[in-house]
Amino acid sequence: MRVLETWLGTNRNQAVTVIRRHSAFTRLWHWVNAACLLVLLMSGLQIFNAHPALYWGKDSHFDSPALSIRAVRDDAGEWRGITQVGPYRFDTTGVLGLSGPAEARERRAFPAWATLPGPRWLAAGRGWHFLAGWLFAPLLVAYLLYLILSGQLRRRLLPRGHEWRHIGHTLYDHLRLRFPRGEEARHYNLLQKLAYLLVLFVITPLVILTGLTMSPSMDAAWPWLLDIFGGRQSARTLHFLCALALVGFFLIHIVLVLLSGVGNNLRSMITGRYALFPETVPDTAPETAPEKETRDD
Amino acid sequence: MTRPTDPRRRRFLTRSLLATSALLLAGCDRLSRSDAMGRLFDAGEALTQQAQRLLASRESLAREYAPEDIAPTFRANGTTNPQDAAYRRLAANGFRDWRLTVDGLVERPRTFSLDDLKAMPARTQITRHDCVEGWSCIGQWRGVVLGDLLAQVGVRDAARFVVFHCADRYRGGDRYYESLDMREAYHPQTLLAYDLNGADLPVANGAPLRLRAERQLGYKMAKYVMRVELVESFAHLGRGRGGYWEDRGYQWWAGI
Repeated sequence: MRVLETWLGTNRNQAVTVIRRHSAFTRLWHWVNAACLLVLLMSGLQIFNAHPALYWGKDSHFDSPALSIRAVRDDAGEWRGITQVGPYRFDTTGVLGLSGPAEARERRAFPAWATLPGPRWLAAGRGWHFLAGWLFAPLLVAYLLYLILSGQLRRRLLPRGHEWRHIGHTLYDHLRLRFPRGEEARHYNLLQKLAYLLVLFVITPLVILTGLTMSPSMDAAWPWLLDIFGGRQSARTLHFLCALALVGFFLIHIVLVLLSGVGNNLRSMITGRYALFPETVPDTAPETAPEKETRDD
Repeated sequence: MTRPTDPRRRRFLTRSLLATSALLLAGCDRLSRSDAMGRLFDAGEALTQQAQRLLASRESLAREYAPEDIAPTFRANGTTNPQDAAYRRLAANGFRDWRLTVDGLVERPRTFSLDDLKAMPARTQITRHDCVEGWSCIGQWRGVVLGDLLAQVGVRDAARFVVFHCADRYRGGDRYYESLDMREAYHPQTLLAYDLNGADLPVANGAPLRLRAERQLGYKMAKYVMRVELVESFAHLGRGRGGYWEDRGYQWWAGI
């Protein structure tokens, strides 16, 4: 029962303070954005499958891709899925290069379960990708403007001087999966701030700009795109790496949401309400001495 | 509530999750095929076209590259060797009997031989070819600026699109065709090219004449062009979407 109560943040024996953590706009943006990112990722993998190789530079050096995912016949004449990164070859049969049920193996870079649509269908993949992009990019611009103009960027996301001095401590606590409670949980910690800043102000704008660089009409309109990314094929590779970074962020995000009180976290992103738990809980009492925490402030 | 390790329960949950995602994925595939989704895709395409028209001026040029950027071999895609008997005869004869017909909504419809075209002022440009699949290849093209050719035949005011009729049938199916609107047709880098990397255009790349529309993706750049027709609408051609690949679900606006 205690597990459930902690999960939902309803344990009445604890002195719980409920705060409003996320504004309605943030919550709406979060979920629409999550849906957009899923569609963008899966349709992007469909598009990648049309030419499953990445290059650096202005055009494609077909003999020396930076990454390629293909199916190759082995010595016994059996198809194998091979992923090659620079000079390193990996057998990725079953997932990358060759996938699907044993009786109907398919030679395709990313498996059907990871692409939108599932079957090989570039035109529809492009349709989904651009449609979701039209929702995603304007919403991102709107959200960044909102963060800046509402003062939330400064209040909630920009690191403060004293946080940098505690970075080692914060990192250590995070690695031990020990999450802040009480007043400390009212604010994002330095690692959260840095992760959100990186994703919102670096990776996401980068994924949009590298995406635009792949458009020949955009390159005519804004030729500087080609210069900042070192050519269209470099931009395509960076676009893929940004997407990979976003997947990485998503995975860490999910794990931490699950571990740091999934019910409480989910509620704060649905209704906005977030419960602050007391700093010490009898059976999971952290050894950190509170006075040490406040001395530097 | 406190049986998180019950294997049967976990298996049930896993299977439900898998079944749900399979249903969801199948749903997305059916959605992709639906008319409503098709209309949404078209709306997205219209938005992209409007936005790119706003950002790229009439004259804004595609990047032109240096001779050392030219790829050792220019990748050929789609049809690389048309099997059409009439085309084979023309090719066997070095395209001496080949004629380009320019007609439709023009004042003076006429035909051009390859020599006629080569006698006209030419433009040479080293540009990047971007395939819808994702790869790029840099090559040097030489040919007639399409706008110059159109000036010779006199385009009527009613004309809104230039249609390129081709000799090739991709995988033996329908004849290839493509279309540009007047804005893209009159762009200074839009050529009917007869020369690739300083030599006659090879058959694999569209001999004797192919379109270069440098602010568009590769499928716009029709190869084996036989006839240029000016039309008010392309609704009566093919399946009515303005091109071979457009008829198969690809966007007419190929600027992205």
